[in-house]
Amino acid sequence: MTAQVITVTSGKGGVGKTTAVANLATALAADGRKVVCMDGDIGLRNLDVIMGLENRIVYDIVDVIEGRCKLKQAMIRDKHYPDLYLIPAAQTRDKNAVSPSDMMRICNDLKPDTDFIIIDSPAGIERGFRNAIAAADRVLVVTNPEVSAVRDADRVVGILEAEEKGSPSLILNRLNPALVKNNDMLSPEDVLDLLGIQLIGIVPEDESVIIGSNRGAPVVTDAKSRAGQAFRNIARRIQGHNVPFMDLEQQGGLWGAIQKLTGRK
Amino acid sequence: MEQTTSLVQIKGIRDGLLATFLDAPWEDQCAALLAQVDERPAFFQGARLAIDVGSQALKVNDLVDLRDRLSERSITLWAIVSESQVTEHTSQLLGLATRISKPRPQEQVHHEVVSSDTALFVAKTLRSGTRVEYPGNVVVMGDVNPGAEIIAEGNVIVWGRVRGTIHAGSKGDRAAFICALDLSAIQLRIAGETSAMLKPQKDPKPEIATINSEGRLQAELWHPG
Repeated sequence: MTAQVITVTSGKGGVGKTTAVANLATALAADGRKVVCMDGDIGLRNLDVIMGLENRIVYDIVDVIEGRCKLKQAMIRDKHYPDLYLIPAAQTRDKNAVSPSDMMRICNDLKPDTDFIIIDSPAGIERGFRNAIAAADRVLVVTNPEVSAVRDADRVVGILEAEEKGSPSLILNRLNPALVKNNDMLSPEDVLDLLGIQLIGIVPEDESVIIGSNRGAPVVTDAKSRAGQAFRNIARRIQGHNVPFMDLEQQGGLWGAIQKLTGRK
Repeated sequence: MEQTTSLVQIKGIRDGLLATFLDAPWEDQCAALLAQVDERPAFFQGARLAIDVGSQALKVNDLVDLRDRLSERSITLWAIVSESQVTEHTSQLLGLATRISKPRPQEQVHHEVVSSDTALFVAKTLRSGTRVEYPGNVVVMGDVNPGAEIIAEGNVIVWGRVRGTIHAGSKGDRAAFICALDLSAIQLRIAGETSAMLKPQKDPKPEIATINSEGRLQAELWHPG
């Protein structure tokens, strides 16, 4: 097998990149795929925390690059899924410790016996972002339905197009249907209209995401969570399955979905 | 070695280092620059580099490749100065600056004279962070998104939605106009006049913005004929 390298990026910080990486990696592993996720945010690592693997870190990506350990030694196996690994970022170094060609080399070493390599990009469009996209076969842009996040996503899409990385896919994270209904939040249509890229999933705002992150158990493992379902659907779409959008996600069915939700309450 | 390194002149400017490429094929110039860097890695470590590439027309791949190779040597390429419209455009796409604080001495002399019959044609949506500057008319087939800028000495026509910033008649032509299928720009400017944000409309119609007889910038619906 040869792995597909997927980079998750956003431009703006705090929109849910790391959460998306942890959840997609876990969902792909739950589907029986062999997955390695890499934290590209050197100096501000937190993918390990969200995956609940913080206390197992011995070596990190900079140790691999600088030859202090073998790649296998820096790969931390997940607690629940034996085919899910994390390569953590270094917390005590900065972005300059890694170059785009280092990332290419590590991905090429991993590719032969992995299905998916998922890279968590840092916020911004500088060095760390360049490193994160260097090896990408496919890029997922995460944004929130708010003006500043969408503008930054637009900038990132422009750079990806200029670098001939192909058109990225969009994850619209933290959509609150009630706010959209009151015209207090950008609708999925507004965001897609502006960005003009393919939508791969809409994740509704859901407090179980925060609870899961704090517990180190990504929300995809919670069968009842709607956000978890949305991430599981995105993982299926990444694997090439045609999964219909959830009720909430359908453009025409959005209002119906809200009425159903409010009707239940 | 001397032959190759003499293709590139490097000097310090206020914003970092400026490398000036002399007349030679692009690959040779890049090789010469990297050779100079590798000779004195400590001097270049962590530098901010601007490059004056002269009149060469460079594609995205050329610049990305050079930028990555510089980045591996801990050098940040932040600006490309060029006389070529193609190269300027490429640099803007990559988010590199195309102006440096020290003006090029020959800039004014070299100023391109563009006929009012011709226009720069941009066949795509201008995304946030893109800046198009042109000493003439600009036609965009696509949208101008928030955070994108067009600065034209002539008129600007957008076959799409305008939600960014547009300045027409940037050298003072008060007869310049801006028209678009949907004109909900963050800011429009014609010559010295500025309009505040135009409210997005529910059912947008083509509009044209001009300076009216009272000397104010005004947008009105476009009527054929």
